[in-house]
Amino acid sequence: MKIQIKNGHVIDPKNNIDSKLDVYIAAGKIVAVGNSPEGFVANQIIDAENLTICPGLVDLSARLREPGDEYKARLVSELQAAVAGGVTSLACPPDTDPVLDEPGLVEMLKHRAKQQGLAHVYPLGALTRQLEGKALSEMSELTAAGCVGFSQANVAITDTQVLWRAMEYAATFGFTLFLHAEEPFLAAKGVAHDGEVATRLGLKGIPSAAEALALATILRIAQETGAKVHISRLSTAEGVEMVRAAKKQGLNISCDVSANHLHLTEHDIGYFDTNCHLKPPLRTQRDKEALSAGLKDGTIDAICSDHTPVDDDAKMAPFAEAEIGATGLELLLPLTLKWATEQKVSLLQAIGSITQASAQVLGIPGGDLSINSDADLCVLMPMNTGKYVLMH
Amino acid sequence: MNNPQLDRDGNLKHLLSIEGLPKKILNQILDTAESFVGVAEREVKKVPLLRGKTVCNLFFENSTRTRTTFEIAAKRLSADVISLNVSTSSQSKGETILDTVDNLIAMHADMFVVRHAQSGAAHLIAKHVPPHIHVVNAGDGRHSHPTQGLLDVFTIRKYKPDLHNLRIAIVGDVLHSRVARSEIHALTTLGVPEVRVIAPKTLLPTQVEKLGVHVFHDMEEGLKDVDVIMMLRLQNERMSGAMLPSSQEYFKTYGLTQEKLKLAKPDAIVMHPGPMNRGVEIDSNVADGKQSVILPQVTYGIAIRMAVMAILAGGLPAQQQSSVGSPASPGGAA
Repeated sequence: MKIQIKNGHVIDPKNNIDSKLDVYIAAGKIVAVGNSPEGFVANQIIDAENLTICPGLVDLSARLREPGDEYKARLVSELQAAVAGGVTSLACPPDTDPVLDEPGLVEMLKHRAKQQGLAHVYPLGALTRQLEGKALSEMSELTAAGCVGFSQANVAITDTQVLWRAMEYAATFGFTLFLHAEEPFLAAKGVAHDGEVATRLGLKGIPSAAEALALATILRIAQETGAKVHISRLSTAEGVEMVRAAKKQGLNISCDVSANHLHLTEHDIGYFDTNCHLKPPLRTQRDKEALSAGLKDGTIDAICSDHTPVDDDAKMAPFAEAEIGATGLELLLPLTLKWATEQKVSLLQAIGSITQASAQVLGIPGGDLSINSDADLCVLMPMNTGKYVLMH
Repeated sequence: MNNPQLDRDGNLKHLLSIEGLPKKILNQILDTAESFVGVAEREVKKVPLLRGKTVCNLFFENSTRTRTTFEIAAKRLSADVISLNVSTSSQSKGETILDTVDNLIAMHADMFVVRHAQSGAAHLIAKHVPPHIHVVNAGDGRHSHPTQGLLDVFTIRKYKPDLHNLRIAIVGDVLHSRVARSEIHALTTLGVPEVRVIAPKTLLPTQVEKLGVHVFHDMEEGLKDVDVIMMLRLQNERMSGAMLPSSQEYFKTYGLTQEKLKLAKPDAIVMHPGPMNRGVEIDSNVADGKQSVILPQVTYGIAIRMAVMAILAGGLPAQQQSSVGSPASPGGAA
């Protein structure tokens, strides 16, 4: 099967392409962008006049709820949502039930995802067994089974000795650690940013210092061990500043922000809107601006959807009892484009933070339109309002 | 974002929190309560405003005083009252809050009086019920306890009618207190010029000053020249641990004694939402002393709760009462 997509505006951040070019696909691979390869005869020609073509999105954090939480969502429903949102590759955290700490579970998940023939699924293995923060998981075995990195999901490792060993061990093999920076004692039972809104609503707060303290520990141990660490879902201005300084210092770290935190603040909780019960909590306007600035200047590498499907019943509860999370796979692209429009960021840079940059963090193919890469791409119709229409 | 407590015409639909209510409505409730104070003194302590209505007291968290006063208030309005201690029934069988509510709606309840240990529970129920059903928050987590806030202002107004000329101190565990939050909003909305909070840093929420209060950590300094002292209850589980070292030390630093009371104005009144921990936050001499209005607070609580229920479900029009009633002398009912 040979396809020619003509007249489209191609955005390929990795190859720094931002112009009207034709894309040529053969046998599911990109064979040329620009001039037609010699002797190329297309079976199908798609006219993409007035449309934008970009690499399929790569999401750094999307929960698929399988195995174990099929009541909340199914693998097939979430992968359909991914593709509908232009996401062709995604990493899923290990906090399933059972936890992804066994190679067999990872193989099964990979296999089931592949059967769907939708988006590529890249599991993050549990860094410690059962995510308990005590014993290391079999990282090499898990990698062989298909894990692209190791994560503790939202569970902190309280024992710094274990964290240190985990980083040392991962550094031995060059594995990436995906860590969420939140000091668990300060955050205990907290459900919202410890600030004005939590005070008014009588909600237990999570202070910004919980992120800064955890981050200080992680960065210091990363520096000692040389581990490659990715900070998941940064939420505070201070956190951005710390990562900025650490990068300047030459640490091997990267980080992301969730699309929600680029657009929402603690005030969006309004009258106890449980859809805004998120982890990390929505913080202040000042934090939101700092995250945005950090993303612009490259301190923050990528935007993730932090897709966490929760069933309706679990949200129909008092704020603190409502389950954490919001869906996001289908919103990653529109929220990124909205951010770009509002912040006057080029499409090339904005798309880069949900394609090439996230693929690089995961160390996976995809996220670009290079020759011989898989033809995972996304055709969309950007409008000057930041809205878009996704073409399938 | 619509105010969930008001209908389209700006009338009270639910009473969920003092915050967000206009001064006009607070005064409407207070003035209406004024007219109900006398009901209790009649031989037949009943008015027919809620005849044929069913009021459902839904207490997911234990309470004696608040539940009883709501029950008496509803009965004096001639409503049929059911009181459910849900903490000991359905919830323990795994039923959700909204399932419990739906079952009671199916039994044709007209009003829910809700208490729950989680902030926002009353809002959740108010959002869920059909438009003809009213919800009264009888305390949700640390968030709000609006009828308590109103009865406190009502009591203050009885003894110190000129709210625009008062200095009021709220003392104790503001962090965990829905009563304090409701009092602060009620007092600032009604134009009290100086509201103080006095507590150690461990018992104050972050950025409490954004609620419009002056923060004091030293009790002697904070009580100076105040007209009203509102004490807060200290929960047993907070008396020793990471919040406070001991109840003895708390009493020494923040307990209200006769001696500390002297720092306030000579005619200052002392309030407490109950139940009191004598010898922890308040000395018995003060609690039972002539400046204490703690028991009148309970009495007025019934009038306030009658007023709220009558306005919500009794078809009572907005009242424009000019007379506030003559101020009683402190300790009148003690």
